[in-house]
Amino acid sequence: MSDSVSKPSPSTEEILRKPPGILYRWLGDRIFTIVTVILGISIIALAVAMAWVIFQEGRLAFREFGFFGFLQGTTWDPSVQLQFGAWPFLFGTLITSFISLGIAFFPAIAVAIFTAEYAPKWLEGIIDNLVNLIAAVPSVVIGIWGIFVLAPWLRDSVYMPVYLWASESAPGLLPLLGNPIGYGMTTAIIVLALMIVPYTTALARDAIRLVPKEQREACWGLGATRWEVIRMTVLPYARGGILAGAILSLGRAIGETMAVAMLIGNKNTLPFSILGAAATMPSVIINEFREAVENIHLSSLMAIGFILFLISLIVNLIAAWIIRRYSITGGRTV
Amino acid sequence: MIKTLRQRRIRDRIMEILLVLSTILVILPLLIIIYYVVVNGFSALSWEFFTEELGSPSRAIQGRPTGLIHTILGTIVVDSIAVLLAVPVGLGAGVMLSEYPDHKLNPLLRVMNDTLNGMPAVLKGLVAFVLIVKPMGTFSGFAGGVALAFVMLPIIARTTESALMSIPWTIREAGLAIGLPRWRVILSTVMPSAKVGLVTGGLIAFARAAGEAAPLLFTSFGNNYLPNQWSGMIFGPVDTLPQRLYSLAISPYSEWHAMGWAAAILLLGFVILTFAVARFATRSKF
Amino acid sequence: MKQNLLLLRPILLGILATGLGLFSVACSSGDDSQAGSNENSIDILGAGATFPAPLVTAMADEYRTLTNNRITVNYQSIGSGGGIRQFIEQTVMFGMSEAFLSDDVMSDIESETGGRAFNMPITLADVVPTYNLPGIEKGLVFDGELLVEIFMGRVPRWDDPQIAALNPDSELPPLPITVVHRSDGSGTTNVWTSFLTRASTEWEERVGFATSVNWPTGIGGNGNEGVAGVVQNTPGSIGYNSLSYAILNNMSYGSVVNSSGNVIEPSYSATTEAANIELPEDTRILFTNTPAENGYPIAGFAWMLIYENLDQNNAIENRTEAVELVRFLVWAITEGQELSETLGFARLPEAAVTRNIDMIRQLVWRGEEIGLEILQENNLI
Repeated sequence: MSDSVSKPSPSTEEILRKPPGILYRWLGDRIFTIVTVILGISIIALAVAMAWVIFQEGRLAFREFGFFGFLQGTTWDPSVQLQFGAWPFLFGTLITSFISLGIAFFPAIAVAIFTAEYAPKWLEGIIDNLVNLIAAVPSVVIGIWGIFVLAPWLRDSVYMPVYLWASESAPGLLPLLGNPIGYGMTTAIIVLALMIVPYTTALARDAIRLVPKEQREACWGLGATRWEVIRMTVLPYARGGILAGAILSLGRAIGETMAVAMLIGNKNTLPFSILGAAATMPSVIINEFREAVENIHLSSLMAIGFILFLISLIVNLIAAWIIRRYSITGGRTV
Repeated sequence: MIKTLRQRRIRDRIMEILLVLSTILVILPLLIIIYYVVVNGFSALSWEFFTEELGSPSRAIQGRPTGLIHTILGTIVVDSIAVLLAVPVGLGAGVMLSEYPDHKLNPLLRVMNDTLNGMPAVLKGLVAFVLIVKPMGTFSGFAGGVALAFVMLPIIARTTESALMSIPWTIREAGLAIGLPRWRVILSTVMPSAKVGLVTGGLIAFARAAGEAAPLLFTSFGNNYLPNQWSGMIFGPVDTLPQRLYSLAISPYSEWHAMGWAAAILLLGFVILTFAVARFATRSKF
Repeated sequence: MKQNLLLLRPILLGILATGLGLFSVACSSGDDSQAGSNENSIDILGAGATFPAPLVTAMADEYRTLTNNRITVNYQSIGSGGGIRQFIEQTVMFGMSEAFLSDDVMSDIESETGGRAFNMPITLADVVPTYNLPGIEKGLVFDGELLVEIFMGRVPRWDDPQIAALNPDSELPPLPITVVHRSDGSGTTNVWTSFLTRASTEWEERVGFATSVNWPTGIGGNGNEGVAGVVQNTPGSIGYNSLSYAILNNMSYGSVVNSSGNVIEPSYSATTEAANIELPEDTRILFTNTPAENGYPIAGFAWMLIYENLDQNNAIENRTEAVELVRFLVWAITEGQELSETLGFARLPEAAVTRNIDMIRQLVWRGEEIGLEILQENNLI
């Protein structure tokens, strides 16, 4: 293998002059195929092994509380009763990820439309890169910004005024609002919404670019305005990509760990409130995994990991299915 | 409902404004984040930051020299291990997907790769903890590298696949026609032609993995000093930038918060640089 | 495959070259003694409780200087629970915890390693009630019953007669009480709830004590800062923080009535006093609500966890590592204690040091009494 590196690739004439031997051809191909397939299979094996390992580690909790019992359990008591249930975290994960997707969805598509249809070439490149950069910013960096800049600002300029207003004119809202300490569900949702934008934008943009020119031109020819062209021909055609992007974004939001753990306030008991602390599945894992003493506690965290695995598996399968069905891209990643 | 042309024009105008506003709304937070990281980070950077070890919080509080040299070196070691592990496997899987399109296992491989890619990084850390840390009996840079390799692997496989797919089949056919064996065609013709795409994919995967903290908390663990032995970087607990940034940020000391910002500018700069190189490579090709 | 690697080789080489470059910079610009003494240098790995981390890491700094960079003690604060867990998993040479090992764990370890697990007090944790009452500085008096009532959510306002009875001279405002507690697992919570457990059987049955519990009321803050942040921003709130954190951040904190009926203002010496009692041989004792007459009642040990048969711990590879670990331990409970007050920690009382020395005497490596040797070399016995 190693000598093939230093040698220049054989030129056409060389090969024609001296056809390679059967060993070189047949055996070489065999070995190459086998190596490639082994490497490919190792990814399959890895994915299966991951699911197996996490399930295995979480089995104690599933056996103790039952799969659905664990899923529905609302108590998370690592001290006295050693009772564990995943529902608060499942609920926290679902509500934060869906709401953040709801917030991010339209701006994300707007960016895609703007870059693909409106922006001049130079601006398109800049916006493209900036949006992709959002995905590349490490979540701990967003976390530290959230802790020291965003959360205090939200507390002083948004949450406190809202809270004070509510305590004067609508005291009934107070338990719903929760404590405006700055770290809480709303802060986490805002940060999540920002972080997942690029995934929707990227796929939507690709899908919009695939819309055939003729279709647009036909619409222009009917005397449509620019927006009408987009609404009537581009968006319907690109809906598969938009949908797939939204689902991928959802998957990201579900799995996002560090930024959420740093900003959500980490409260393990229901009910959650709008401004108050909450928790998600990844955040409870990161907070308690190194802290857990009892086997059942550790196993319950792994069991939450397994549920998280199942959910992200489903989400990704749906997204992958949509992408292939509409054949949006040849398998791009953001 | 029939609208007048005027109404339609107004509507068109409104939508355009909305689109611009949305774009600004998305981009603005990023610029704000970068602004704060740069401002706070630069004021906390110093020469000592690159030459000293962290030590205890009292070092920072009492104003004695303290820095993150051990973290920077640890990050380089852990990331290198991840690259060495993930690149061959990821390339191999990508080659399998694109060069053997009829292989029976390909649909399964694709699904599994997507699953792996979408799996939260924290779970990859848990798995590396169970598979590496527990049997080895200690937290280690190696375990951290494995966890990050899990993050990079599916990205490399996918980008390799799409980079190779973008090479026309005629090139392969030409190679085969002159009697080159298939493996030679792939290695000497297809992959070099897709070089830029492959490198870009690798860089994107690298940038993504380099920013991950969650898997490292249970694997490379952290260290306030440089290990005494060189091998300690691989076989013992080491510090990495994302994980150290996290623990600095949640610590109760304002001096450590400042160091956290300095770590943030380093990490962000590193990721943006990698990212820019990847973009630049793509630009120069196409 | 080689060819493929070739494509990425410039990048890899770049990374490695940068790494090597930085490494050599580090070695040359760093202390020369460090590079020179690499052959017999030792890394000691410990992990656990967050509360004693500033002290233990400062000890590590000091000890490293003392030994000319030969001994590096890497202590990572991952929480008490993590300290116990990693100690059991034998991924660390010593654990650190604000909760002692349970009987179950002790007997498991005994059957597995053929020796005991020792809990050695290394410093003390003290927790004070912190509050935010406009117009009232520190020094409000609380007792166990009152704190239980408050944290059960049964005292609605600050001008409640139960509070007024203990504070006849204070002008208590009619503010509603907001209870603030830690939302993450924490040794501070362990000490605090163990005090409440001692104070009331109802608390013991309903909530109990642990590093995180199922709180009957209140809002959670993440970490010492989280609690402090909420308390400082919410007039009428009451929470709990470690004494050093409360002092460092200028928070109002209360005095607490101890079991002898004395009102004790929190201080490092009052905390040390609290532990200066008859200790059991293995020091596994909660002395919240201490019988010591002038002891502050909400305090507890932070223990270093260590195996009697050091060779049985997978994390310790050879005799040298074991010896250096014990040397550090001996130093930490004697000279290392000098660092305590400047860092906001209470010193170990005489009673605890004596017990520690008794335990260190029993430490062995493959039957060899290295604990005894090291104590003798330090003239401690």
